[in-house]
Amino acid sequence: MNSARVKTFYYLMKLGREFELAAKEQYMQGNIAGFLHLDIGQEACSVGTMQAFDKGDVFTHYREHVLAIARGMDPKLIMAELFGKATGVSKGKGGSMHLFDPKLDFYGGDAIVAGHLPIATGCAYARKIEGEMAGVFAIFGDGATNAGAFFESLNIAAAWKLPIIFFCENNYYAIGTRIGWVSPFEELYHKARHYMPSKRIDGMNVCEVYRAVMEAKEHIENGLGPYFIEAETYRYEGHSMSDNGKYRSEEEMEIFKSRDPIETLKKEALSRGIVEPEYFDETDKKVAKEIEEAVEFAANSPEPDLSELYEDVYCKECTNVVP
Amino acid sequence: MLYREALNRAIDESMAADRSVVILGEDVGRYGGSYRVSEGLFAKYGPKRVIDTPIAELSIVGNAIGMAIAGLRPIAEIMTVNFSLLAMDQIVNHAAKFRYMSGGKMTIPLTIRMPGGVSRQLAAQHSESYETMYSAVPGLIVLAASNATYAYHALKAAIFLNDPVVFLEHELLYPMDMKFKQIENFDPFKAEVVKEGEDLTILTYLKMRYDVLEAVPQIEKELGISVEVIDLNSLRPLDMKTITDSIKKTKRVVLVEEDHKTGGYGAEVIARISEALFYELDAPPLRIAGEDVPIPYNRKLELASIPTPDKIVSQILQWSRANGI
Repeated sequence: MNSARVKTFYYLMKLGREFELAAKEQYMQGNIAGFLHLDIGQEACSVGTMQAFDKGDVFTHYREHVLAIARGMDPKLIMAELFGKATGVSKGKGGSMHLFDPKLDFYGGDAIVAGHLPIATGCAYARKIEGEMAGVFAIFGDGATNAGAFFESLNIAAAWKLPIIFFCENNYYAIGTRIGWVSPFEELYHKARHYMPSKRIDGMNVCEVYRAVMEAKEHIENGLGPYFIEAETYRYEGHSMSDNGKYRSEEEMEIFKSRDPIETLKKEALSRGIVEPEYFDETDKKVAKEIEEAVEFAANSPEPDLSELYEDVYCKECTNVVP
Repeated sequence: MLYREALNRAIDESMAADRSVVILGEDVGRYGGSYRVSEGLFAKYGPKRVIDTPIAELSIVGNAIGMAIAGLRPIAEIMTVNFSLLAMDQIVNHAAKFRYMSGGKMTIPLTIRMPGGVSRQLAAQHSESYETMYSAVPGLIVLAASNATYAYHALKAAIFLNDPVVFLEHELLYPMDMKFKQIENFDPFKAEVVKEGEDLTILTYLKMRYDVLEAVPQIEKELGISVEVIDLNSLRPLDMKTITDSIKKTKRVVLVEEDHKTGGYGAEVIARISEALFYELDAPPLRIAGEDVPIPYNRKLELASIPTPDKIVSQILQWSRANGI
């Protein structure tokens, strides 16, 4: 890995982590409501994937703040969305779980587990017949791999040889249900291997995530059909802010925290002398400022006007006649 | 023109006019469509645009949504409305909501065609009417095509609308030979006054249009009145203007639907009429609807479960006696 790339990894992961910590704080203060799913611990997946998959379309689940940041979405617009403000990326109508920006080819924050997977394959189909082989990236958790939509999507992607990367973040818990209680095995890449090349990687290591997605990207771009990656990862927080995550042991938590993606990268970069030590302090300061600005922007933004209630149900040409 | 030919022509012309139009569903391609609606399209437009899918309704609609996001104008065919329940999550949670929850950033130009209603002894899992469910979802447009002219024009309109449309067809109509008229500047959201009259408005849609028209001469004769018949055509949005104009004239309204009476589409229409036109009415509104039972297989029981011309006549006569008409 070259120095510039490692720096970008660190910056984005740190930005993502601090964003989530700020969101947590703002939630505690009552400025953010509803469901808030934090990505803390899983930043290597969000950042490594989006750095590698830099073209194409992205379909995601609802733990997507850091993924959106890594895709290029302005943290200000995300924080404003979390606050439910008019300046939010979805005009305050979506909230934490629904960050959409077609300009970034970022469609998601889908809050129906596995519900976005058939949509992702449909998009991949359209791209394929248009000859755009940059394809589609679909990210989901371990829980989604037990849903019917997941299996239907593997089948269709393989049958139609679609340019799509399935990326499973296996953090072992679907809310409070351990994956092994409801799946015959915990290594989930087995579920895909009859359909497509399928591998399991260390999702706490951003370089490994990046390399795996680069490999998958080459595969789909060459018209070889879909590709499946299972990344082992861990969320340090509960499923959402309404879950304390206490069903997991301290020992288990410590094992994963010792593999913390941000610390691991920093240590490695320093020991190998890839990045000068000052970079980290400077970046931390820069990140803190950016997050502070994002919170300030969200706090100072206006609420949506009440007239917004009936906007965006239908397109303009239909709004006049429906319902 | 056969009803199914009108649909076929609408799809064919749309595909010819715009290469972003594609059709997908079970048996739509090589087989030609389970009701022959997509006949000939596979040969003409090829497998990329006429797409045979697995039996996986959730994925048919889900993939269609993804195609729409990528810039295509997909037509998803669901073999019968009953199977659409497997796709309900995609229709309701995804297609209908993406525009709103993205603050207007997402556009899903999608048409979901599905035939429903009681055909002939197909029993409970192939005979339902689900317009009431889809009509209750903000973000969806729901059109119900009872005839070749409307089917052709409304389907073309649906394909080129920028919102998801649930396009309802009726299984018994496909082989029916119907009058066809080419119309300029067609408005798919407008109800059709099928027959003008002075004393009673009958609202209906889909196949019940024909049962009502069969019943009307006898009703007019027995009661010595003239009946106005309105085909609603568009269930969401509902053309309240045409309904209102008619009721202000006739002062009486009956709604005939094939769906179950409890929570049927008619319940919504009558509620709206009661709210807006209560003092215009000279008699309480009447609903003639399907019985509150799953549709039985046996032909005698099946016919007993839905309105027929005879039942429409007898129920209206009974209602008129009770209300001094």
